[in-house]
Amino acid sequence: MRFKPGKIALAVAAPVFAAVFSLIVSSASLLATNKSPREAFALMWEFGSGAGSLMEAVNLATSYYIAAIAIALTFRAGLFNIGVEGQLRLGSLFAAYFGAMIVLPPVLHILAIFIIAMFVGGLWAAIAAYMKVKRGVSEVISTIMLNSVAGGLSAYLLSKHFMVKVEGSNDLATKPLPASGQFPDLMPVLKKLGVEEQPGGGVYGMLIIAIILGIAFWFVVNRTRFGFELRSSGMNPIAARVSGVNSKKMTFIALVASGAIAGLAGLPTLLGDTHSYTLGFRGGVGFTAIAIALLGRNSAVGMAISAMLFGFLEVASRTLELIDIAPETYVIMQGSILLSAVIAYEVVRRYQLTLQSHALAKAGDK
Amino acid sequence: MLEKGKLSGMRRTIIIFFGIIAILSVIRIATGASDLTSVGTAHAALLLSVPIVLAALGGLFAERAGVVNIGLEGMMIMGAWAGGFMGSKHGPWVGLLAAIFFGAVGALVHAIATITFGVDHVVSGVAINIIAAGLVRYISTILAQGGSWPGPSQSPDVEPIGQNGLPILSGGKYFGWQSPDILNSIGEKNWFLISDISRVLRGLTGELSYVTMIAVALVPLSYFILWKTSFGLRLRSTGESPIAAESLGVNVYVMKYWGVLVSGGFAGLGGGFLAIVAANHYQENQIGGRGYIGLAAMLFGNWRPGGLLAGSALFGFADALQLRDSAAIHALLLLIIAFLLFASWRSFRKGQKVATIVAIALAGFFAWFFIAFDELPGQLVTMTPYLATLIVLSLASQRLRGPAAAGLPYRRGGLK
Repeated sequence: MRFKPGKIALAVAAPVFAAVFSLIVSSASLLATNKSPREAFALMWEFGSGAGSLMEAVNLATSYYIAAIAIALTFRAGLFNIGVEGQLRLGSLFAAYFGAMIVLPPVLHILAIFIIAMFVGGLWAAIAAYMKVKRGVSEVISTIMLNSVAGGLSAYLLSKHFMVKVEGSNDLATKPLPASGQFPDLMPVLKKLGVEEQPGGGVYGMLIIAIILGIAFWFVVNRTRFGFELRSSGMNPIAARVSGVNSKKMTFIALVASGAIAGLAGLPTLLGDTHSYTLGFRGGVGFTAIAIALLGRNSAVGMAISAMLFGFLEVASRTLELIDIAPETYVIMQGSILLSAVIAYEVVRRYQLTLQSHALAKAGDK
Repeated sequence: MLEKGKLSGMRRTIIIFFGIIAILSVIRIATGASDLTSVGTAHAALLLSVPIVLAALGGLFAERAGVVNIGLEGMMIMGAWAGGFMGSKHGPWVGLLAAIFFGAVGALVHAIATITFGVDHVVSGVAINIIAAGLVRYISTILAQGGSWPGPSQSPDVEPIGQNGLPILSGGKYFGWQSPDILNSIGEKNWFLISDISRVLRGLTGELSYVTMIAVALVPLSYFILWKTSFGLRLRSTGESPIAAESLGVNVYVMKYWGVLVSGGFAGLGGGFLAIVAANHYQENQIGGRGYIGLAAMLFGNWRPGGLLAGSALFGFADALQLRDSAAIHALLLLIIAFLLFASWRSFRKGQKVATIVAIALAGFFAWFFIAFDELPGQLVTMTPYLATLIVLSLASQRLRGPAAAGLPYRRGGLK
């Protein structure tokens, strides 16, 4: 393959444009409240690039990444699973409840929890999948409605059936997982690699699972027959059907598999940190993950970078409170990155098409 | 011929309306859940339907112009926020205008992304929802830090907007004259069905906020604009076949921009209504998915104003019951069971085995629920409108047909 600087420049153009645009928007919103953007960004960088903050960012990114993979899987099949939020919630709740009930040796216990979470998440997504395939209901609407239903259902189950009383606390929480059901931290490994221990820091062991999932996602979607059928039924359902792909079946499988992966997305926190499900457990992950999947263009590497970026912004912006800036600034940054990136990708795609047709026209002239 | 068809449609609507009240009053007597047909429930149902109607009308204008608008939720959030922000400073009417404006600003972003740049409509809409929620939280936090707001999730109170009722029937007040309240006095008599009907009518026509009246009037107005004017014909043509429209001299981009901007204005008004009329201040999470429910109501209504009104009324009724009286929801389970049995019988006749089994299983589940619990737990009752949306969509969506080019990016000259 010949090295083409123009092609690489085009590929980088969209993310760079998005980053610059987001800097401008967030600077403008800071200036509007009479704050110095330079001071704010410098402080964020200083705090955010510390080892402790980076570890926290990685931990946040682990959940985001798994959830983003779930969404990307449906995007690749031409679908949109907005229901990750609900699938994650129910998957985590049932995993926490039944995980604390069963007695198993260490590795098997975690495996069992994985299976419970994936089963529940997949089952919840199967409702939307069934409605899509059999009744023609748009999965966009049905998964959003199922999010609200999952919110009510999980609150009900937690407060009426799954909750245990904790001495001196008003928190609604499930029974904590026993040690065999907790995912070991990566800190001991990192220490051997020369990373110093941070107060309150640590890296979830689930990071490894997330990386494996990412690799598996890339392999299955891009290198297997199943992945080809999935993508073709997304890109052109009619062509897919003509070439023998059962696009209804692919729709069903894609949504259910997505739900199963989404069920896992709450586990980094559950198995690595809280060890029990509480009322406000990891709210909003499913929606942030949509942004990450869009920003990362549904590619395993792209989503990993975006997940890290979002995690970094979220952690680093906490320090802004020190200089009296609302920490919610990160939402503005994430939002403007998302919107400008989505537009920039489309502009670049159109420009590439124009270049192609010019090249074709030239070739035709000869 | 046309005139005749219209009349029978009208007659059918009236028969269905009274039929539903009749079923409800039977259930009311059978279970003692008197709130099913009370004045308060009908009134609350109307109040809760209005934001959904407005969102659905918003969805209608956008989709008829060929743009899918999932961003309705975000535009409603912006409208509600602006309603609370401007309304608490300059009075409710300014607040409503600000709500419309802010909804349209959100729509402008959607229009630029989807129409000018050809971004996927659902992607852009979801992005707007995420951004809108974050943006209002950011500004509210700053306002709360500055001390002008009571907290980052709540605006100061807005003055109430005036209200009135129908003369003679529902006790309206005109130029200092207090009219009699006939419907209310019949309603209190407790005659079977007749009292039920007049209670519901009283709830729908008495003590209405002026904004409610405007919102209800917007439904026929939208019908008129979309189906009886050349503007409406052009707008709909861009949603059905933009290339054909362009070839006939319609400026497709401009029509699509109009559709999306009007859509945002409707959504913003719906949000402002929630903040100013349904409550008296803006509150975080006030919208609670009503933008999406509005979209579902529009789908249910087959992309038509009358249909979306019926869909919105259904969701408004479910919402009103769950807010007012969970015992009534419990009684309503009977209706759902009957409905599911009917659905299972229909799919059995068509030979759809799986659908029959699913419907019977669901009916059995609800029946068990009805017997096992005397009252539904609060957390489950809040799910009612969303469950209603799911059930209704899965029963109705196969007969529906939307604008042919809705959701497809359009580029002049047929380029991709």
